[in-house]
Amino acid sequence: MNDKIQGKLKILADAAKYDVSCSSSGGKRKNVNKGIGNAEGMGICHSYTEDGRCFSLLKILLTNYCIFDCAYCVTRRSNDIKRAAFTVEEVVDLTLNFYRRNYIEGLFLSSGIFKDADYTMERLVRIAKKLRLEHNFNGYIHLKTIPGASDELIQEAGLYADRLSVNIELPTEVSLQKLAPEKNYEQILLPMGTISQKLIQSKEEKKLFKLAPNFAPAGQSSQLIVGATAENDQEILQLSDQLYQQFKLKRVYYSGYVPVSTDKRMLVTTQTPVIRENRIYQADWLMRFYGFGVNEIVNDTFPNLDLEIDPKLAWALRNRAFFPVEINTADYEMILRVPGIGVKSAKKIVSARRFASLSFDHLQKIGVVLKRAKFFITCRGKSLEHKDYSDQLIRRIILFGEGSRRNDLVKQQLSLFQ
Amino acid sequence: MYQYIYDGSFAGLLSTIFEIYDRKNWPDSIVKESAKQPCLFGQQVLVTTDEQKANRVWMGIGKKVSVLFQTNLYHTYLSEKPNAEMLIYQFMRLAFANAVNIEDNFAEDCVREIASTARQIFREKHRMEAFIRFQKTADNLYFASIEPDFNVVPLLINHFQKRYADQQWLIYDVKRNYGIYYDLIRVTEVTLDNSNDGKAGALQNAVLQQHETLYQDLWKLYFKSVNIQERKNKKLHLRHMPIRYWKYLTEKQIKPEDIR
Repeated sequence: MNDKIQGKLKILADAAKYDVSCSSSGGKRKNVNKGIGNAEGMGICHSYTEDGRCFSLLKILLTNYCIFDCAYCVTRRSNDIKRAAFTVEEVVDLTLNFYRRNYIEGLFLSSGIFKDADYTMERLVRIAKKLRLEHNFNGYIHLKTIPGASDELIQEAGLYADRLSVNIELPTEVSLQKLAPEKNYEQILLPMGTISQKLIQSKEEKKLFKLAPNFAPAGQSSQLIVGATAENDQEILQLSDQLYQQFKLKRVYYSGYVPVSTDKRMLVTTQTPVIRENRIYQADWLMRFYGFGVNEIVNDTFPNLDLEIDPKLAWALRNRAFFPVEINTADYEMILRVPGIGVKSAKKIVSARRFASLSFDHLQKIGVVLKRAKFFITCRGKSLEHKDYSDQLIRRIILFGEGSRRNDLVKQQLSLFQ
Repeated sequence: MYQYIYDGSFAGLLSTIFEIYDRKNWPDSIVKESAKQPCLFGQQVLVTTDEQKANRVWMGIGKKVSVLFQTNLYHTYLSEKPNAEMLIYQFMRLAFANAVNIEDNFAEDCVREIASTARQIFREKHRMEAFIRFQKTADNLYFASIEPDFNVVPLLINHFQKRYADQQWLIYDVKRNYGIYYDLIRVTEVTLDNSNDGKAGALQNAVLQQHETLYQDLWKLYFKSVNIQERKNKKLHLRHMPIRYWKYLTEKQIKPEDIR
């Protein structure tokens, strides 16, 4: 039996790893009646893979048998790989035993689609239900919603899970149709709409009755694949902006496409677009925490993010008219837009300047990256820079400035031609 | 020059601050009794811990700053940094002298340093909540040993008591030689004799529960399977999981026969 479960775990954890989400935050489930587990509001990363990703949940597929044939996916029907399936009991047992040893925060359960959507979804819900009701488990549960599953099942899933997610997979419907002929946007957006409605409804009910049932208290999230199709960053970010606005998603995850597929329908890619993925995440953060509109980051003139510099610096260089910003008097919103000042530093600046007028020395100690910020701020009316630099020059100084490691690299490369 | 010496407890430190204000002899250093050294030129003052005095200082500072910053002061004490006592004293002096709450005045050195020390402690506590790995023994005790950078064990009680309410567990700080034990009702502080028996806190196979190694192996297998080889990033991996914590991490205990 041991060998069997090891074999299954190997296959089904391996297949689930391309789902990026592993967050365990946002839920605040309490441990009641001396059961097992609770959900920490801020989430805990219990371990990190060698590629540097956090993993806090036992992330597995219930099965990798699948009736769909999506070109970008390892578990697609036409791919010749080993298949396996867990039983409900096995998943419950693994989750509880891992949890008791403090290995994980909870369970992230997804599945390939066998028979049909409802049949699969019903299994997923059954596992969550068993954990909650029979084992009094209060840890974190993230359930993947199977596209095409019925509203009743989604409703039931929300009662037991902390977070639900539906993957939007690709940034446009055209590419989805090309690569995943069995899926369509309607199938994906419909459950997303249902979930967001239920979330609002449950919040309203909570206001009236304290004991109204919870519905996915950690909200819903989604994921899309970057670099498998030809969409530009503008299309991607506009889509996620829409998802945030319309469906009130907690997170959209971006997964740089790892070339796992030799399917003929795919673009020929050799490398994972790691830097592009990183820039898109930065842009996503700007939209969610820094008050940037999507059109400020990408627009028709600049449809793609600059791979060399981060989107905030890129915006600042395009909009020099807003700078310099006077640290001692400017609004919080404007301070937040200065490259080199993050949310924490901005908050510290705003509260510290009520006590004393701040100098560059203070800023440095507070944690501002002056190397970047100095071109965009003044302190007590003075700037650290006496010259008026052009955009191109600032860009070059920040990228290759004195003493940075990139600088050495450039010098080294130049010397080849001498 | 005045040097104050206290017994090393938090109440002792607060009593010291009471004593300082009482004598109006401002200190140049405050040290634990265990770390005291003869002083050539200055005057040494040995403070006896007085719960009542300590309480008055604690209540007094509670009126000046928020509860959150009060915990920051306690965290700074737990950091065991050499200048922790002086930082706390400097902050309190500043706080008592001002009519308004000065905890947000990040232009002031001691405020910023206490905030950042407290942040370090919080981070260490959070890491412990993540990196503690229990091993189940034959008598159904979940045991974990740790070696945290700071003395964070007292801060772990709340989290683990809430989370694992239905299992007996013991978390043991090997470096400071004490631990906390939960017996399904309450948490008590314990000290073990001969705790240095096991290699790096690993329990002998004989005392482990029968299925324990199976789950450890499954966890190691899972750790290996979720890695995406194409995206390997050793630097990031080490930043999140510094090597000094590996000693007690189940997934990092690779036996020779595992390497194939």
